[in-house]
Formats: sequence, C-alpha cells, structure tokens
Amino acid sequence: MKYALGPILYYWPKIETEKFYHAAMQSEADIIYMGETVCTKRREMKVADWIALAKEVSNSGKQVILSTLALLEAASEINEMRQLVNNGEFLIEANDLAAINLAQEHRLPFVAGPAINCYNALTLKLLQKQGMIRWCMPVELSRDWLLNVLHQFESLKIQRQFEIEVFSYGYLPLAYSARCFTARSEDRPKDKCETCCIKYPTGREVFSQEQQKVFVLNGIQTQSGYCYNLGNNLKDMQGLVDIVRLSPQGIETLAMLQQFKANETGQVPIKIISKHDCNGYWNGIAGLELTK
Amino acid sequence: MELLCPAGSLPALKTAIDNGADAVYIGLKDDTNARHFAGLNFNEKRLFEASDYVHRKGKKLHIAINTFAHPDNFSRWQNAVDMAANIGADALILADLAILDYAAEKYPDIERHVSVQASSTNIESIKFYHNNFKPHRIVLPRVLSIHQVKQLAQVSPIPLEVFAFGSLCIMAEGRCYLSSYLTGESPNTVGACSPAKFVRWEETERGLESRLNNVLIDCHKKGENAGYPTLCKGRYFVENTLYHPIEEPTSLNTIELLPDLFSANIASVKIEGRQRSPAYVEQVTRVWRQAIDRYLMNPHAYQAEKQWMDILGSVSEGSQTTLGAYHRKWQ
Repeated sequence: MKYALGPILYYWPKIETEKFYHAAMQSEADIIYMGETVCTKRREMKVADWIALAKEVSNSGKQVILSTLALLEAASEINEMRQLVNNGEFLIEANDLAAINLAQEHRLPFVAGPAINCYNALTLKLLQKQGMIRWCMPVELSRDWLLNVLHQFESLKIQRQFEIEVFSYGYLPLAYSARCFTARSEDRPKDKCETCCIKYPTGREVFSQEQQKVFVLNGIQTQSGYCYNLGNNLKDMQGLVDIVRLSPQGIETLAMLQQFKANETGQVPIKIISKHDCNGYWNGIAGLELTK
Repeated sequence: MELLCPAGSLPALKTAIDNGADAVYIGLKDDTNARHFAGLNFNEKRLFEASDYVHRKGKKLHIAINTFAHPDNFSRWQNAVDMAANIGADALILADLAILDYAAEKYPDIERHVSVQASSTNIESIKFYHNNFKPHRIVLPRVLSIHQVKQLAQVSPIPLEVFAFGSLCIMAEGRCYLSSYLTGESPNTVGACSPAKFVRWEETERGLESRLNNVLIDCHKKGENAGYPTLCKGRYFVENTLYHPIEEPTSLNTIELLPDLFSANIASVKIEGRQRSPAYVEQVTRVWRQAIDRYLMNPHAYQAEKQWMDILGSVSEGSQTTLGAYHRKWQ
C-alpha cells in the first residue's frame, strides 16, 4: 500500500505552503499531489510557483502530481489549466472533465480525482481508454461499492489497468458552488472577497443550533464537519486499495501519516473520537457516522 | 426558445402541455432519476400515456435518466434507456458517461441531453462530451453568471439549456454530497437530496424544529415561515452568528433575464419542480409562456410584469426569489 498527500484544499500563505512541502519531502509519503483545486483567486502560488515547487519535491524522490481545479467557469481558468496540463513533466490530477479533455488532446495520462463522477466499471473503462492511470474514487462511495465496481470489471471481463486510491483522512470535500461561503461569512461579495479565506487555514466551522459541527466552509467548497479517518480501516483495504490519501490539515498530518502506516495491519489502532471524527462513507452509511 | 416544464405525474404533464409548454420532462418510477420521491414519476403504463398525450399535441417528451448507474445493478439504467426509447422519447437527459455511451451507441437517433447532474460548466468539458458522445444539448448547472452563460454560448458547439425558474440548488449539481454526508443518500446515488424519510418536525420549547437524520437543520419561532429542511438552507452558527451560511430558502427566477437568454441564443429554458403539484406547474408554465410570447412579439418593449413576479413569488420556496448565480452579486 502506498501513501499520498492530497492537494492542500485551504488557502495558505506561500511560505506556509513551502514549509509544508519541505517537511513532506522528509515524510513517509510516496506520492504528493499539489496545486489549487478550489479557487483561482488564490494567487499566493501561481502556476510557475507550483511547477517550481513540484520539481523540488520530485527531486526528493516522491512522485509528484499536479492537481487541478474542480469547478471551472471562466476562459481564464481554462487557460491556466492548459498550462498545468502542458507542464511537460508531471502527471495531472483531473477534477473536472475539462482537464481530461485537455490531457486527451495532448495524449497525456491522468489521475481521475475525487471530484470526477465515476460510479461504475463502464465509466471507468471509458476513462481508462482516455488515459486514466489512477482513480481516486468519489468520497461518498463505500468499500462495498468499490467491491461491486471490481466485480463488474470481472463479470464484463474488462482488464483494469489503473490504480485505486481512496480519500482516507481529512475534512471531506463535499460540494462546490458559484458562491463563496467564506466571503459570505464575512458579509463580503465574492468580487470583493480580498481572499479572506487566507485567514482560515483549516476553513470556517459551521455548527447547528445544538452545537453539532456540521460543515466546514472553505471558499466555494463545503467540507464535512467531522474529520474523515480511515486509519483503523486500513486492514480492509489490503488487496483492494493501492493508495491511501491523506488530505493536509497542517504539518501534523505528516505525523498522522506515520500513524496510518504503523497501523496498516491493525496493530496500533488510531484514536478516533465520536463527534469529531467519522468513517461512515467507507462503511456504507451516512458520512458523518463513526463505526468503531 | 423552448419552454421545458416539469411533470411528476400524468395530470401535471397534461397541465404543462395545456398551458403552453413546448416540451415536458419526466422520470421513471425508480432511482434512475434525480427526483426519486415516493408517489412521484411514471411507470411503464403511464409512460405510454404521457408519450401519447404529448405527441398528439405536437410537443416533445424528455426523459431524465440522470443519476449515476450502480455497479451492481447497471442494467437498471440500460433498461431505463431502452424503455424511454421504446415509448418514443424525443430526448434522454443523461449524466453518467457510461449511460451516455450506451444511448449514443444503441439509439443514435434519439437526442441526448447532458443533464445538469453531469456538471458541465465550461468549454473544455463541453468539448469532452461533444468528442465522445455527440450530445444535442448541454443543461448548464446553476453556477454561471449571465455574462459567463453568454460567453459560453458563443463558443459552445452544442446548444445550451438553462434553468429559468424553481428551487435553487446552490451547489454545482452532481458535485454535491452534502445529503449523503448527513443521511447516506445523495442525488448522485439515490436520486434525492435531503430525502423526506429522514425529515422530522418537532414542536419544542425553542420553537418548531426541523431535523434531517437527527441533525438540527433549523428552529423556527412562532410565525416564521418553516420550509422543507433541505440541508443547505438551514440556519447554523459560524462563530457566534446565527444565519443561513449557505443559502436562504429561496427560488430562482430569471424572468427578467429573458432578453439576455434570447440574445445568448439559449435553446431552452427549464422550469424546475417535478416534485411540485399540477397547480404549480399550471401557474409557472402559464406565466413563462406569456413572457416568452410577449418577448417574441416585441423584444424591445419586453419587461417582466409585476403580476408575473407576484405569481412566481407565491409558488417559490420561502415566498422569495433570486437571480442566483446569474447575478454576480449573489455569488
């Protein structure tokens, strides 16, 4: 089983981003995704900065993948994505069919990220034909769903030629909108947001009127209120999942990665807390549930 | 410009046609469509009746098969396409790539419309569909500003359809798992958002509480308008402020944008609400028919009438309407 660090979903100052990746270079991660997937107004790191940082991280022996935007609305965003796809060196993670179309145009392989809607083997077969070499399944899918997809591959006698990755740790990216909820939370219009999301390095918490943490606001993205943690489910991933993804919350996620690795066969269980952590999706129930 | 109206039942379908819809969209009675609600939609017999009625009146029937096919029951989605083709559907509204592929291969002559659930918002994504499945129309998610819609319409190789009126989905459709996060069921997998079976109302000391799978969505004081607890329209705290952090209960109404939609060459305006009553379908269809006809008669003099706005407001969620993402300020 390999371990991946997903792209940083929040907006961090450039220096913090660099600090994180410099630490990640020394970590036990095998694969490192980097790039802006949420909002193009976040300009601390420009395309050239990401590519330069990618080169540096890649030199440390990690596989680097450039992640791309999930919700594209403007022509300028397509142009930026084109630059990322044509970087000439690194694989890309597609989070919209736009990236897949661009990759295919240049006959480049790609990773299908969790924001691509793939729910069955025939859709995956189509994407495999287009050049998909790895699939990070949608976060709402379960172990059983994954098994069913693999059974479908077998029963249709389709050869699977891609790796399987599962989003296994972090606040789940659940939705994308035209509206910026962080700007709204500060009563700012999106056009004058002043990228205020930089003040919230792990997003803004949303609580119900009973103080249950329901969501986290991260710009135009809405995340789960509880932290997804499949650290105690790694045993059921053996032989099924090739890559375990951890979504960076901060430098401490690197320590969590170590804990995951140590618990690969269930020997050193990770402490997970009800009303703070969740693992429902993997177990085929509501995402916010926690099964011990 | 086509006026495309929703129908969750045969009476609603007839009402839509009788009040001026150019086309009606419906779904089958299972989880192959994104309005999979109890008591709603069409079995095979009703489907024949629907097709017969629509075609006798010279109108068109679109069938939504727009959830994502399950790996352990893939044939249900294929069968839905077969059934829709057999009863003479004029268009299939599809979201799953594999189902688009199936329909394109097996029924190349039936129009394929890329569902809003497919979340196609930009030119490269549209090209992806164009290159692979040659669809006849793209239904745009409710995330683009009117300026962006116009720009996209200029370069799109495929005609565009937009949502014109109805309940407002705040997220890019097909890219929202909030419902399965709270309940285990989402539009993509089950064809329902915030499903009714998880809803609980309770009168307490604090007020009328609405819950979804036990999560408190809102608490209404006496006299407050209490809407259906769609989870993105709940009232929550961010730090110490209690408000609607995602969206208020409100409906989309673009009737004042009609001239812009015409000038952008939009192929079809879609009314949301297959889950709504025939009375809703009647009122909304009639107003939109009048508006489109008024515009066509004299484009320069077109103005949204107060009476239209009042009627549309009265059937809206929370009795209020918005231009949604079409208007930059909303974003």
